[in-house]
Amino acid sequence: MEEHLVDWSRAQFALTAMYHWIFVPLTLGLGFIVAIMETIYVKTGSQEWKKMTKFWMTLFAINFAIGVATGIIMEFEFGTNWANYSWFVGDIFGAPLAVEGILAFFMESIFFAVMFFGWDKVSQKFHLISTWLVAVGSNLSALWILVANGWMQFPVGMQFNPDSVRNEMISFWDVLFSPVAVSKFLHTIGSGYVMASLFVVGVSAWYLLKGREEMFAKKSMIVASTFGLITSLFLVLSGDESAHQVALKQPMKLAAMEGLYEGRTEAGIVGVGILNPAKTLTNDEDPFLFELEAPYALSLLGYHDIHAFVPGMKDLVYGNKEQGIITTQEKMDKGKLAVKALEDYKEAKKANDMVKAQEARVILEENMRYFGYGYIKDPKDVVPPVAPVFYAFHIMVTLGGWFTFLFAALLYLSMKKDISDYRLLLTSAIWSIPLGYIAGEAGWVVAEVGRQPWAIQDLMPVGIAATKIATTNVMISFFMFATLFTLLLIAEIKIMTKQIKIGPNGGH
Amino acid sequence: MINIKSIYMIYYDGFKNMTVGKTLWKIIFIKLAVILIFLKYFIHDKQFKTEYTTYDEKVNFVYENLKSKE
Repeated sequence: MEEHLVDWSRAQFALTAMYHWIFVPLTLGLGFIVAIMETIYVKTGSQEWKKMTKFWMTLFAINFAIGVATGIIMEFEFGTNWANYSWFVGDIFGAPLAVEGILAFFMESIFFAVMFFGWDKVSQKFHLISTWLVAVGSNLSALWILVANGWMQFPVGMQFNPDSVRNEMISFWDVLFSPVAVSKFLHTIGSGYVMASLFVVGVSAWYLLKGREEMFAKKSMIVASTFGLITSLFLVLSGDESAHQVALKQPMKLAAMEGLYEGRTEAGIVGVGILNPAKTLTNDEDPFLFELEAPYALSLLGYHDIHAFVPGMKDLVYGNKEQGIITTQEKMDKGKLAVKALEDYKEAKKANDMVKAQEARVILEENMRYFGYGYIKDPKDVVPPVAPVFYAFHIMVTLGGWFTFLFAALLYLSMKKDISDYRLLLTSAIWSIPLGYIAGEAGWVVAEVGRQPWAIQDLMPVGIAATKIATTNVMISFFMFATLFTLLLIAEIKIMTKQIKIGPNGGH
Repeated sequence: MINIKSIYMIYYDGFKNMTVGKTLWKIIFIKLAVILIFLKYFIHDKQFKTEYTTYDEKVNFVYENLKSKE
């Protein structure tokens, strides 16, 4: 497969996914913030809280409307650019996406209408329930797509059928409750909640700096900074579990996240570091130009044991007998056996030789877990691009730390002092809105670039997953999507800022 | 108990009284037209499901791509 075609196909999917992830997190989190505010309104009967709820609900609607259906493009891309992948995954992808569409989206849409049009037309209780169900519905949508992505990182609950050349789900529950899927879901929705909280505190901070809507802004600030602080701390816990799962199931990704070439026990985490661009797998250059390490922390994070051995990229490529790590070359040999066995099986079935077919099937099943390695040309190809994964991970974690501090500071000052007096902090809250998006996108870079070269971990490399189509077609569609999404983003920013300038007294 | 007419009036009044909602719906319709018509039929026109309609065609297509590259 031509390398340019694979790279453009990758770039196209990455572009679509990253733009989609601009709209989704705000929906995930703002839905709950709005539901909390409406709950306070229903409990207190305060018209002030009703006005606040309606204002943030309008911004929720703007984001929802602009973002809706942007994910459909990825489904088209599966069919055009990733045909081998979309067949190979079988019903593993199809089932979660179908549930997403039928259950979650319809639930959102139905109760969305009640949420917007039902004020003073349905009972307070029913309206409140509808608002909560919209929030829950959007998170349920996220569940199914993240279960599908979790399966790509750690394929479970399936059996490969050589007759159909696809994976068949044998346990829906193994797929749904895969520890990678669960930790990914919790961490991803947590990031949405933090991003939404940053959005609300940032907009509230703007009002306070302008000397406008003071009561509204302060109350919104308290709700959002409380929600943001709780979810930031949740993000720390879910991030810890995610890293633990990565250590167990995708150790090469963890090694890239930390720029770890040589594995060791009692491994530390690089808190701050600058990678040495001259460092490669085969030379003896220092991996870092500069690093500040927290001792034992990587062993603790990855394996919950400060003495644990954390494999480096070299151990995973060249093997480590002492630690029981086989070489990538051995995996490639097993993978080639699996691929050959599939061909032998197909030939035997064609010739109606059931004995040979059965023999081939046994070899295939014995080596299936390394199937994808059969397509790897060089053992070093299993190492993902280190710099993007390393820096994205550290940007994400550093920003996460900042957000936790920001929420704590805003909450404390809002409750104990007059937050309006802290203009530098309020300004930093506004600037933290785009930082939230950067952290979210950085997280996806870690997840998906760190997964390379795999489309499905160990089973299918990206080069095999892609369809052979004309590279120019992919390039044209890349720029078309870039244009479409940029226009949508500009429209969202314009409509949002207009509505924010109008303020909570405007219509919806 | 909400009846069909009430449900209809919720939607009717809701759509009629929209302000920013009108702009959003225009954007939604344009976006869906671009995605579901233009992109689907001019960019993503060659879909795996439509190019290979039978089960055997799909299997054979993918199998040929999975065969050893050596």
